[in-house]
Amino acid sequence: MKIKLTALAVAGALMAPAAMAQEMTIVSWGGAYSKSQLKAYHEPYSEKTGVTIINDDSSNEAVAKLRAMNEAGNITWDVVDVVASDAIRLCDEGLAMEIDADTQLAPAPDGTSASEDFGDMLVSECFIPQIVYSTTFGYRTDLVGDTPPDDICDVFDTTAYPGKRSLEKRPINNMEWALLCDGVAKEDVYDVLATPEGQDQALAKLDTIKDDVIWWSAGADTPQLLADGEVIMGSTYNGRLFSVIEEQKQPVAMLWDAQVFDLDGWIIPAGLSEERKQRALDYIYFATDTQRLADQAKYISYGPARASSAPLVGKHADLGIDMAPHMPTDPNNAKNTFLYNYEFWADYRDDINAKFQAWLAK
Amino acid sequence: MLAADGTPLKKSLARALRLQKMRALALIAPLLIFVLVSFIIPIGSMLFRSVENGMVAETLPLTVAELKNWDAESNELPDEAVYAAFVADMVVAIANKEHTRLGTRLNYEKTGMSSLFRKSGRKIKNLDPATDAPFKDKVIDIDKKFGDVETWAVIKTHSVKITNGYFLNAVDMQRTPEGALAQPEDKRILIRLFQRTLIMSLIITGSCILLGYPVAWLLANLQARTANILMILVLLPFWTSLLVRTSAWKVMLQQQGVINDVLVWIGLVADDARLVMINNQFGTIVAMTHILLPFMILPMYSVMQTINPSYLRAAKSMGATNWTAFWRVYFPLSVPGIGAGSILVFILSIGYYITPEIVGGTKGVFISNRIAYHISSSLNWGLAAALGSILLAVVLILYWAYDKIVGIDNVKLG
Repeated sequence: MKIKLTALAVAGALMAPAAMAQEMTIVSWGGAYSKSQLKAYHEPYSEKTGVTIINDDSSNEAVAKLRAMNEAGNITWDVVDVVASDAIRLCDEGLAMEIDADTQLAPAPDGTSASEDFGDMLVSECFIPQIVYSTTFGYRTDLVGDTPPDDICDVFDTTAYPGKRSLEKRPINNMEWALLCDGVAKEDVYDVLATPEGQDQALAKLDTIKDDVIWWSAGADTPQLLADGEVIMGSTYNGRLFSVIEEQKQPVAMLWDAQVFDLDGWIIPAGLSEERKQRALDYIYFATDTQRLADQAKYISYGPARASSAPLVGKHADLGIDMAPHMPTDPNNAKNTFLYNYEFWADYRDDINAKFQAWLAK
Repeated sequence: MLAADGTPLKKSLARALRLQKMRALALIAPLLIFVLVSFIIPIGSMLFRSVENGMVAETLPLTVAELKNWDAESNELPDEAVYAAFVADMVVAIANKEHTRLGTRLNYEKTGMSSLFRKSGRKIKNLDPATDAPFKDKVIDIDKKFGDVETWAVIKTHSVKITNGYFLNAVDMQRTPEGALAQPEDKRILIRLFQRTLIMSLIITGSCILLGYPVAWLLANLQARTANILMILVLLPFWTSLLVRTSAWKVMLQQQGVINDVLVWIGLVADDARLVMINNQFGTIVAMTHILLPFMILPMYSVMQTINPSYLRAAKSMGATNWTAFWRVYFPLSVPGIGAGSILVFILSIGYYITPEIVGGTKGVFISNRIAYHISSSLNWGLAAALGSILLAVVLILYWAYDKIVGIDNVKLG
């Protein structure tokens, strides 16, 4: 018995490195989003290469955790899904690997280079874009009267639309919307917001609805608040609203006006061993090619980041409805859009957040 | 006095005892090492982070040395030597990709430093410290912020290796060239949050005492069978996930929730005037009282169990009313349980984070929510460490005060 155990232990020790080599840990956001990645990327990749993929739903704390791993000198993640602003910070901190799009990512089927195919989406040297998502408003069709809201400023109009609204408990997006509805032209918003007077102006506008706002911090909050009728309208990610409307069939509709585009994508942590780095790069090459990005849109209503993927977007895998009209980038939805200004918020995040939180606590 | 083998008795006794002590130490060694490694060292390093500030001096060593000769209050730009040192430092830092980290660090102190270092890094990289002198105009040309006295003043102010800057930030002040100054009014929040955390923790502790005392009394005085069932009811919440319990309160308390629905149904509240019971302080107090209640009941119960019922009978036989017997005899004997429960609940609640985040809205959040924000979102770990250290100090002071007023010997868990 003892000999048998020892033999097993030795065999286990010998096999461990081999088993390790066939595993990689991919970090993402969890929920429906991770599921869409599982179907579109992980499963075909595992089938093709035999690599086992372990999911870790830690993306909302990825920057802090990667920094802690880096300090501890033991990085356990291979590929991490983060929003673009976090990718920029990880790159700044030296925690993410720089990627050369043209040599390390797949070209489009017609031979267009990856850097051209992704275009403006490559907002950082370390960032491999995956989807375009937007933060926008949804409203209860049965609680807003006969004239449904069609303008972002309806959010600030409590006489026409009495009732609670939900907004994210952070300044980003809210400050921009407030200024837009306080008469600032779209192209001037960030210039105004860079001044203390502009910040006060935005907070003063938000002050007019402060008593009617429920502040959310998790993406699932607004869908729940809308479904329960706690709020009549609220901001959240467009994919969350899609699932409330199409999958759960709640009486909710999208506002789309002044939706704020943002990007989500992959980074590879800096400091991986050569072997793990190669595997991560191989996965990235596979998962961000034109077909794979288009496949993801079968499971969730986020737009693929490659120009060449857009024509390939088809129907939802379970519901069988056309996905194109539900994409934030669809021309009908994107009549009035706003692009998250990464540089501005990298600089002003600390300052404006302190003011915003102090204002909230008042 | 000598032992049998001729050595002094004291010495041979000490040797025998030393062996015993060593054995005792060996027995507790696993726990000791565990506590040291997993508790003392992390807390120590966390405390150290609140004053540690090597980054500026390590990334820009030559610049910091040159800036020593420059008077930040002179309102004049530093001279060429500083700019030359800066270029030399930056070229090394850019090669190691450290300049953007420095930008992030300095951005906590002055808005705009993050992009200043990221953008200027791309151009400074092309300068050669050996041949391209003079640098002053070239660097200012790259970004006009380098021609701003304030930029250099910030670098100089935060170049010290051990700083009080994070602690000043933690009490709504800031480190400036002129010394410690108050933050502008519209950024002051942390003192308010500290006060709120303490006051709300006291209220939660108080409501736990009020609700827990009768339950503990019942537990201690009912028949064993009934008491056991009651005990299970007390312990049941312990076996349910914290998040589930908190979310359940959301379902109960929200405006379209169970309580409001019932109140509207029986006609106590008009449909358009539903009560606001969540996303405010009330919601936090209710949910946290519920979650922390077992920590109050259990110590009270174990103390009450040891109170001999014959004391009460003796008091009554000597003519005390029920109330007098309770208040003069039973209650003083149960105070150690209240003390133990209160310390447990109070200390747990001032560090609470997830429940206030979910049900607290804007007025019901604690300082711990701000610490969590600085750990995971803003990455200002120095400030988070300073806030944590202050919280730790507050707890220790309160514990000391409790010891002085009530006496820590007077706390019993059974």
